Amino acid sequence: MANFYTDHPEIKFNLESSPLMNRIVELRENGFANEEKSDYAPADYADAIDNYNKVCELAGDIVSNVIAPNAEAVDAEGPHCENGRVRYASKTYENLEATVKAGLCGVTMPRRFGGLNFPVTAYTAINEMIAAGDAGFENIWSLQDCIETLYEFGDEDQRSRFVPRICAGETMSMDLTEPDAGSDLQRVMLKATYSEADKCWYLNGVKRFITNGDSDIHLVLARSEEGTKDGRGLSMFIYDKRDGGVDVRRIENKMGIHGSPTCELVYKNAKAELCGRRKFGLIKYVMALMNGARLGIAAQAVGISQASYDEALAYAKDRKQFNQAIINFPGVYEMLSNMKARLDAGRALLYQTARYVDIYKSLEDIERTRKLTDEEKAELKLYNKLASAGTPLTKGMNAEYSNINSYDSIQVHGGSGYMLEYACQRLYRDARITSIYEGTTQLQVVAALPHITTGTYTSMLDELEAAAVAPEFESLKARAKAMDDKFKAAIDYVKAAENNEFLDLCSRRLYEMAGNCVMAQLLIRDASANAELFGKSAKVYLNLAEAEVAKHYNFVKSLDVEAMESYRKA
Amino acid sequence: MSLKIVVLAKQVPDTRNVGPDAMTEQGTINRAALPAVFNPEDLNALEQALRLKDQFPGSTISVVTMGLPKSAEVVRESLYRGADEGFVVTDRTLGGADTLATSYTLAQAIKKVGNYDIILCGRQAIDGDTAQVGPQIAQKLGLTQVTYAEEILSLDEKARKVVIRRLIDGGVETVEAPLPLVVTVNGSAAPCRPRNAKRVMKYKNATAVAERAPEAAEKYAALIAEKPYLNIAQWGAADIEADPAQIGKAGSPTNVKAVKNIVFKAKESRTLTASDEDVEGLIKELLEGKIIG
Repeated sequence: MANFYTDHPEIKFNLESSPLMNRIVELRENGFANEEKSDYAPADYADAIDNYNKVCELAGDIVSNVIAPNAEAVDAEGPHCENGRVRYASKTYENLEATVKAGLCGVTMPRRFGGLNFPVTAYTAINEMIAAGDAGFENIWSLQDCIETLYEFGDEDQRSRFVPRICAGETMSMDLTEPDAGSDLQRVMLKATYSEADKCWYLNGVKRFITNGDSDIHLVLARSEEGTKDGRGLSMFIYDKRDGGVDVRRIENKMGIHGSPTCELVYKNAKAELCGRRKFGLIKYVMALMNGARLGIAAQAVGISQASYDEALAYAKDRKQFNQAIINFPGVYEMLSNMKARLDAGRALLYQTARYVDIYKSLEDIERTRKLTDEEKAELKLYNKLASAGTPLTKGMNAEYSNINSYDSIQVHGGSGYMLEYACQRLYRDARITSIYEGTTQLQVVAALPHITTGTYTSMLDELEAAAVAPEFESLKARAKAMDDKFKAAIDYVKAAENNEFLDLCSRRLYEMAGNCVMAQLLIRDASANAELFGKSAKVYLNLAEAEVAKHYNFVKSLDVEAMESYRKA
Repeated sequence: MSLKIVVLAKQVPDTRNVGPDAMTEQGTINRAALPAVFNPEDLNALEQALRLKDQFPGSTISVVTMGLPKSAEVVRESLYRGADEGFVVTDRTLGGADTLATSYTLAQAIKKVGNYDIILCGRQAIDGDTAQVGPQIAQKLGLTQVTYAEEILSLDEKARKVVIRRLIDGGVETVEAPLPLVVTVNGSAAPCRPRNAKRVMKYKNATAVAERAPEAAEKYAALIAEKPYLNIAQWGAADIEADPAQIGKAGSPTNVKAVKNIVFKAKESRTLTASDEDVEGLIKELLEGKIIG
């Protein structure tokens, strides 16, 4: 029987084959101190890894045998708005029932609340598989990671009331966007008023484009400070659907991810409670929320890339023209090889980032119970920085790659791919949102830019360059080093102009160079560890990335401050 | 009220994906060439059991399997999905059993489990397709049986009655039956729920004695002392007080003489009622035609 996890050994490799994994498990299990308290806690490192594998395997079973087979029907039916509530596509309920009965809920939450206490890295593996099965359903499922933010910033009473509900399978949403507040969330106007009489907050206003907007527990960004106009007047609230007061006015008609209801919400005196401190809503909590969500979208994009590749490969092997399978033609096999290379490279960056996130988040969690040592503090700071550099890079690059891969998947299918009978067209429509929501690629570039100019990426590259590789990959490593040098030279050239607008104009190119260089190094590292799985991709990716870096380098060098005039206001 | 539910499960070669080496020269199944799986309709039966447990909290599900030591895998699989305990009936003397010896053995095991309210099993196993074991167990235990069940519609704990929808030729019928009883579940019933993550982590090291490597005995002893639920009970023929003449080859009147490919040619079918008269008439006819006997 098909199993998405065992059918794609690359996922298992990324889940467990990193020296950082030892540290991640040690931190997550707090030295295995909780073992006696729960009958499903691992006894040691090997046991923990075995647990992740076994749970990924059951998730792979559900993806291959429930979620993926349902995807076409969900895409065709979509959700409906009835009397202010969302009714999902009928097969979406089947998917939800399967994931809830399988206990794939509250995956990263502590066991004391009923969670699985898995690291983000393992959650990422489940997430990308679910996305490969149905990217729209992945939205609904993966919004469970909003609970991370509630867990991190809510008080113990809120944790004990809300976290167990998510671990039992209730769903979440993050209510941020409004008609006039999209990328610029400082403009949020939804009004929060405190009632001294009732000792609670009430929310009034409208939210738009809210994914899974009829969820059980909402995190809501609202203006708690009357008269303010910027981000400092915003706080984060928890709205519990059981209290009522929020209705769905309509569901958007979207190009893709049809399984995921995108809602317009009306708040009429909706009772809510403050999460964390007043005025920290946007500047602290929503930033944390978005970073988690961005990693989730990166996983979704990798899942779509994988599904796109799988569809294209199967078709190319099956389809015969000129008396042979079309995979034998260079024009086709080059496309397929490039797809696989982007997929493997993007996945390597995804898991590397997930590991960074795991280490700093676990240390932060430990810090809630005891003081950290100086070494631990330094470790937390380092991995926090690496995670904040890795997250926008993996989100933006993987989103773009999933767009390219799903485009090429249709191309491999030829005319058939343009017909609605084939899954590749759904993947193409689904992929399109990944480079837009949770911050467009352009905004990922903005988030990454400080790490380009202050050297976070270049120091990442220095460390990767220093690692030894198997002899057969040494020549690739030398070429990758030359790419890194070009990237560094481009940064120096742009910085030398000492002009912020020029820096912004070149930033997308520098960002892509950073992505190409980091992914090339990661893939060489992985190929060196497992040449059978990644050897071909490392070689193919290096050809692609080398050409991309040279292109961007040439482009940047062709510009100067005066040249900006040709671009201004288009 | 809580129920004591027994589910019979069998590990079978996966005949759904057969290759050219699936049969031996002798016309029997080449078990080595086929992966061993949970018999599909037994999974349907397990789901019906789990639904009863959902409905009547505190109910327990005991899974009983007969087979090689490795058939403990179906017990683990059941534990992953929500069963409470499992029993592996394994013994060299049980080998070569036909449906008669199998149903005798399982009936003995069920007696040992004891106090059952409802016994559920798949309609038939994909390695033999006989559909005889469930009904024979009912006969041996003197219980009512409902075959080809699709759904247990309701269970009245006070009246001790159950209402079941079953598949019949050209439609379905709804029947009422008293507890305790045997229900054989058809493949058209609801598919079994997936494994549960926490239960997989909890039970992944559960084993039956026969599965454990002798050199790891100490490790298992320590593990089971700490977590008794990791021991899957194992019973031999003596444990279930089986009569040696009724088990294994000795208890199996069936002999496979030859295996042939048969293409069905008859276009007509006859429908008989479940009356003794009709059944007797059919048996006589089959005896006369030397089809059985």
